[in-house]
Amino acid sequence: MTTTPLYQIGTFAAGNRLLDPDQRSVQSDQDRTNAITSGHRACRGCGEALAARVVLDAASRATKGRLVTVNATGCLEVFSTPYPESAWQLPWLHSLFGNAAAVASGTAAALRATGRDDIRVVAQAGDGGTVDIGMGCLSGMFERNDDVLFVCYDNQGYMNTGVQRSGATPPAASTATTRPVGTSAGNAFGTGKSLPLIAMAHEIPYVATATVADLHDLEAKVVKAMSMHGARYLHVLVPCPLGWGSPSAETIQIARLATRCGLFPVFEAEHGAVTGVTRIRQPVPVTDYLERQSRFAHLFAGAGRPDVVTALQDRADRNIARYGLLTEETP
Amino acid sequence: MLRQIEGSRAVADTVALCRPAVVAAYPISPQTHIVEGLSDLVTAGDLAPCEYLLVESEFGALSACIGASAAGARTYTATSSQGLLFMAEALPNASGLGLPIVMTVANRALGAPINIWNDHSDALSQRDAGWLQLFASSNQEAVDLHVQAFALAERLSLPVMVCMDGFVLTHAMEEIDVPDQETVDAFLPAFAPRQWLDPDDPVTIGAMVGPGQFTEVKYLAARHQLAALDDVAEVAAEFESTFGRASGGLLQPYRTEDAEVVLVAMGSVLGTAADVVDGLRDDGIAAGVLGITCYRPWPHDELHDALRGIPRAVVVNRAIAVGAGSILGRDVRLTAPPTTEVHDVVMGLGGRPVTRAGLRQLVLDVLHGRLEPGALHFVDLDETIAASELARDEEVAVP
Repeated sequence: MTTTPLYQIGTFAAGNRLLDPDQRSVQSDQDRTNAITSGHRACRGCGEALAARVVLDAASRATKGRLVTVNATGCLEVFSTPYPESAWQLPWLHSLFGNAAAVASGTAAALRATGRDDIRVVAQAGDGGTVDIGMGCLSGMFERNDDVLFVCYDNQGYMNTGVQRSGATPPAASTATTRPVGTSAGNAFGTGKSLPLIAMAHEIPYVATATVADLHDLEAKVVKAMSMHGARYLHVLVPCPLGWGSPSAETIQIARLATRCGLFPVFEAEHGAVTGVTRIRQPVPVTDYLERQSRFAHLFAGAGRPDVVTALQDRADRNIARYGLLTEETP
Repeated sequence: MLRQIEGSRAVADTVALCRPAVVAAYPISPQTHIVEGLSDLVTAGDLAPCEYLLVESEFGALSACIGASAAGARTYTATSSQGLLFMAEALPNASGLGLPIVMTVANRALGAPINIWNDHSDALSQRDAGWLQLFASSNQEAVDLHVQAFALAERLSLPVMVCMDGFVLTHAMEEIDVPDQETVDAFLPAFAPRQWLDPDDPVTIGAMVGPGQFTEVKYLAARHQLAALDDVAEVAAEFESTFGRASGGLLQPYRTEDAEVVLVAMGSVLGTAADVVDGLRDDGIAAGVLGITCYRPWPHDELHDALRGIPRAVVVNRAIAVGAGSILGRDVRLTAPPTTEVHDVVMGLGGRPVTRAGLRQLVLDVLHGRLEPGALHFVDLDETIAASELARDEEVAVP
């Protein structure tokens, strides 16, 4: 699928008609489930809305529609279900902010105990509901190896409550609680966590990262995850125009730059070991990614903070070395 | 069948007879023997099909029950004390979503100071969470209330807490009639959920409701919960006709006819109170007991009627609302007819025994005008400890 000739016209395109039919995106199929319909209230350019549709449509196709989804509190829940409206075309349950994984575990257990385990469970949450408030329940779901695919739509902050810092907010980002005021350069270095690595430490069957810049890759990972049983974790980078201060039309580009600069490594792991890495074909410096977002504007205003930019480049370089993101194939 | 058995084991066996499809629980004293019993039953295959989830916290336990119940499975958990508080966020969620989860609360004090022994602080702190709360006066009643709880929960599509005194009941070995499977099956039909997460007929459960409808949702919930008083009474009556013994219901009056004073209480203290009343009656004192089995919904009219003509009610509070007074006592005071004088006492906090001698003295104090109505009295308070601590406070007070 990622052969050189196709790359010239973009393997990333969702409806690429040059691909074999079975390789085309679920989104190019008129009979797709349309798990989350239009009319919901997400912001223009919302990465999470796009990712959720792609993930659930792919999961629906993979399970032949035998799918239920459990949702944590957050933007996705709020913009999709303002009573009496609902954008969901599949069975959907929202309980609380921090318990989506446990609710999903219970759902899967109920389906198994009542002989309906042909029905599969996908849980979804933002980064706050995953890496912070939801982490206890999520770790429990992982260690019990419950039959749930948990998807984190990571927009790197508490966007629903007004763009505050989360445990997934990158260093130097300006949020409502990490303003670059005084001598601060935004969110502190040396903080935050990688949930994919934490998930891998549980040695669960499948862990993967993805972004909305490569929807084919995202779909393929969902399909692969749904072909497996036990606890599976998918961490999807979803730019947030509101929280990142980026133009709505640039969501996909910015997600792609996040991978191309190395700040967001895209990889797969099985039972705790990395099994696949999406190589960077056209590397860029982190500045190409940072400069497009007003949450990093303080790094470039006036004299700027070249020291901080260098530290961010070091983080990207460390990812590149750690996951082997660059190879000799790189142009 | 009559068995010499620990209360917790009897409850575990009875829950198993109710055939839950999912049990999720986290250990906390004094609830542990119940969930250990269920774990054995599931592991041995004696309770099947059933999934037992060994969750990471009480919050996870109730959350798993929420997911399981929404998927159409009969669901059970148990907890105590801090564990119930760790569930607190999920409690109104379960009731708000109308999920018929049954939970045992092995009643225990709340810290700090940490204390694992019995009082009612845990359940009463969650009295407004939208769950039915039934209090067992004995291990036999604890067993019976669990069977009734599943029937009530599923009839009402509401969650039910069965409260039983920690250690006093959970760890007491005694003769208990644990019902047989056939009778329980006849009493409790298979769970038929009102809705479930059905891919063939998708539903959205847990939508966001704004100011436009939220009041109406809460109004309907309040109506529904109050109407459940009828169901609690009906299910208790059905239970009696099926199992041949009276258990549960709203109130349990004992020798209240012509009583000049009644003890009002919940839980295992009711047995002691009945003994005390027998003794007082033998001595020519017209005392009675008014047990409250159904604390939520609050049986206002029934209690009002039961207290009519009784000049004095003494509420034995096994929990307090710090900064306000009593909890049960205030409910009773707001309910009692104006002709009933309500005395409010605190007894048996954090496992301090409520003795026959103590209760008898209490009744005599009330009858002899030694207990001022309208104030909250701490029975058996060790004045020495309190005075020495108060004096220490004075010493270290910042000028």
